[in-house]
Amino acid sequence: MMLEVTNLAKSYGDVPAIADLTFGVAAQEFVCIVGPSGCGKTTLLKCLSGLLEPSRGTAVLDGTTVDGPPETLALVFQEYSRSLLPWKTVLDNVLLPLRAKGLDKAEQRRLAMESLAEVGLADFTHAYPWQLSGGMQQRVAIARALAYQPKVLLMDEPFASVDAQTRAELEDLILKVRRHFGITVVLVTHDIDEAVYLADRVVVLTKRPTKVAEVIDIDLPDDRDQVTTRESPEFAHLRGQVARLIVGAQPGDADTTNVGVAS
Amino acid sequence: MRQRLSNLALELWLPVALVVGWWLLSDTSTSTYFPSLRTIMATFVDTWMFTRFGSDVIPSMARFAYGLGIALVIGITIGTVLGLVPTLRRAFDPILDFFRALPKPALLPLAIVVFGVGDGMKIFIIAFGTVWPILLNTTDGVRGVDPMLHDMARVFGLTRWQRLWQIILPAASPQMFVGIRLSLSIGLILMVVSEMVASTNGLGFFVLLSQQTFAIPQMWAGILLLGIIGYAVNLVFLMVERRVLRWHIGRRAAASGDDHQPTAKPKGRLRRARVVTALSSVFRTNA
Amino acid sequence: MTAAPTVEPAGTPTASTAPRPSVRRRRGGGRLLPLATTVGILVVAELVLRSGVLGSEFPAVSSVVAALITEVSNAAFWDRLYQTVQSWLIGFSLAAIIALPLGLLLASTRFLFRSTRLIIDFLRPIPPLAILPLAVLLLGSGTSMKVWLVAFSAVWPMLFQTIYGAHDVDGVARDTARSYGLGRAQIYRHVVIPGALPYIATGVRLAATIALVVTIATELIVGSAGLGYRINQVRYGGDMTTMYALILVAGLLGWLSTAASRALEKRLLFWHPSQRQAGGGQ
Repeated sequence: MMLEVTNLAKSYGDVPAIADLTFGVAAQEFVCIVGPSGCGKTTLLKCLSGLLEPSRGTAVLDGTTVDGPPETLALVFQEYSRSLLPWKTVLDNVLLPLRAKGLDKAEQRRLAMESLAEVGLADFTHAYPWQLSGGMQQRVAIARALAYQPKVLLMDEPFASVDAQTRAELEDLILKVRRHFGITVVLVTHDIDEAVYLADRVVVLTKRPTKVAEVIDIDLPDDRDQVTTRESPEFAHLRGQVARLIVGAQPGDADTTNVGVAS
Repeated sequence: MRQRLSNLALELWLPVALVVGWWLLSDTSTSTYFPSLRTIMATFVDTWMFTRFGSDVIPSMARFAYGLGIALVIGITIGTVLGLVPTLRRAFDPILDFFRALPKPALLPLAIVVFGVGDGMKIFIIAFGTVWPILLNTTDGVRGVDPMLHDMARVFGLTRWQRLWQIILPAASPQMFVGIRLSLSIGLILMVVSEMVASTNGLGFFVLLSQQTFAIPQMWAGILLLGIIGYAVNLVFLMVERRVLRWHIGRRAAASGDDHQPTAKPKGRLRRARVVTALSSVFRTNA
Repeated sequence: MTAAPTVEPAGTPTASTAPRPSVRRRRGGGRLLPLATTVGILVVAELVLRSGVLGSEFPAVSSVVAALITEVSNAAFWDRLYQTVQSWLIGFSLAAIIALPLGLLLASTRFLFRSTRLIIDFLRPIPPLAILPLAVLLLGSGTSMKVWLVAFSAVWPMLFQTIYGAHDVDGVARDTARSYGLGRAQIYRHVVIPGALPYIATGVRLAATIALVVTIATELIVGSAGLGYRINQVRYGGDMTTMYALILVAGLLGWLSTAASRALEKRLLFWHPSQRQAGGGQ
């Protein structure tokens, strides 16, 4: 297992956010985590990336217990406009984390250029992020994460703030990148379709306090396509399976805000 | 082209008319207090090019520069520390509030007692007057850094030093510039005041002495030069700000325009586009 | 942040568009810390100054307080304070009466705005005390000179902020008002002036600060009656303790001025984002 989460729990004061989570992610696997809105996805991500310390339980990444941001992990934030540095060019944004790694200059540049080319931005290295469209900015964020050469790529609703067309493009981009680099991806989303489309396995969470509702294997063929995959009966079936779990996780219980099935 | 010319005419006609009017109306002036503009200009050239340039202009500007320099170093350093440690900022809140609000000329007698009447006193008063806007705005800027950037820095393993120089200070810089701009006008006032209260050279000294010795054209020439210096200091500030905060200005322009329209072109062409944007923003002056 | 960005409404977050951590919100429970720190510093200062290591130029805190009490029990003190406050407030009010309507006028048409822009850009950064000699020449060294000089210095920040505030009022808001058939006067009353208010407030606060600085500076330089002159007078007399006491009074005046304009802003601009955010700056 590349990532192993065991009995992980997190409370803020007396308020439990995550009750008890156990799941694993194999090397080179693509796992999507879905759950109803407000189910503590962000808390989980912060625990996995070492930004928060869990109250109980452990996350073990590549054999090492996470107790601070691990060097083998990179995170892509949802809000690209806030996580990219507007005072640095695209290239400098990608280079920044590499400087901390102590690689020599030529190697830093090679890695940065390679990952920018991978996401199709080789011609925009000297632009500033705010000169780019939302989709392109999120590509920069992805390139930054790839250049960091992580074993695990953690993504926090990475496509939630772009339009539908761009979203489809970025989904296919991330599938391509993952094949190229043989990287392990954990992607958190509230979009059931997206989860089923991208993942090898989907971890469905319950509402707060969060537990694992079920882990569903997505046995769709590896070669996925926005049109044919999405219209296949298997896709529809899996989609329904996940949706029912999520809807089931939030009947009229009074204590959470009313959340619909996120689309 | 025609459009641009008529814009220029619109901006210039009144200033030109005023200067010409002043020149013509004052030309036959026999008033002691209002000498003709012709006389003032002649005196201006006589005085500042370059008889008294070295003896009065240079000392004034040097004191201003030293005072501001000290204020920048102290203000940004302490401001950053206070911004990073909210408890400290809260602890010193009343004291900071008091010194910020204190009308700085009131400290001149104290400065004279402590530093004498030389350059030290003037540099102290300029530095003390200009440090507060810089310090407090730096604190605000640092405190306002997006928490997500701190998360990002930790996840990607940036060192403390990198976080400070690559993230916190650039993110706080627009706010710092707001403070610096305020400091400039306060610093100029204090430069003039300190030279008027106790000095043997400098522009403030020169203007007041000219008035007291009834050298009225000299007084006017001095006032005129102070005006020009004030304007020039502001201009230099704007140029520096435009250069340093290019990203900030560009981002704001991008945000207020069409939302998700990418404005970057692949390489090459981008450079030219940027020059054009920079130029057009220079002509929009004084934002 | 109410950090007076010079051409922006009071407290537009210039640093980032991101939500700001609201440090001030916790203040209610945290008054003890600033109070304790201030008292602590005063006590340490007292002990150090008492020991006399810094020399006679630095009297102990307690003797400064004693001198302050002696000074304020003197009728002449109140007279001088009145002189200072009077010049400051009259000069400032004169400036407001001139600057605010003039600013709105100059912003009202493109012609006036563009025609006067260069002149104002040129006159605004002139350090106001540069014209002190001229003012003395024309008006003598009495109160009226002081008042006009203060007015001159306070006009620029208010004028500049009013012009740009009124000029920058959201075009959409203006068009909306026009499409509802509001007349010119009504648009001014209901759209332009409220829209420019945050900018004007910043200008007013800056102007009040500068007006006080110029009042005290003029008194110091020219020797016209008031707090500034008195501070210099006691310095000549070698009475360090009273000098500090009077500087303290000047500081309190400045502090009151800032507090008053803050309170006014809070009432007038309750709808503006700056009032719902963390404060600070200058």
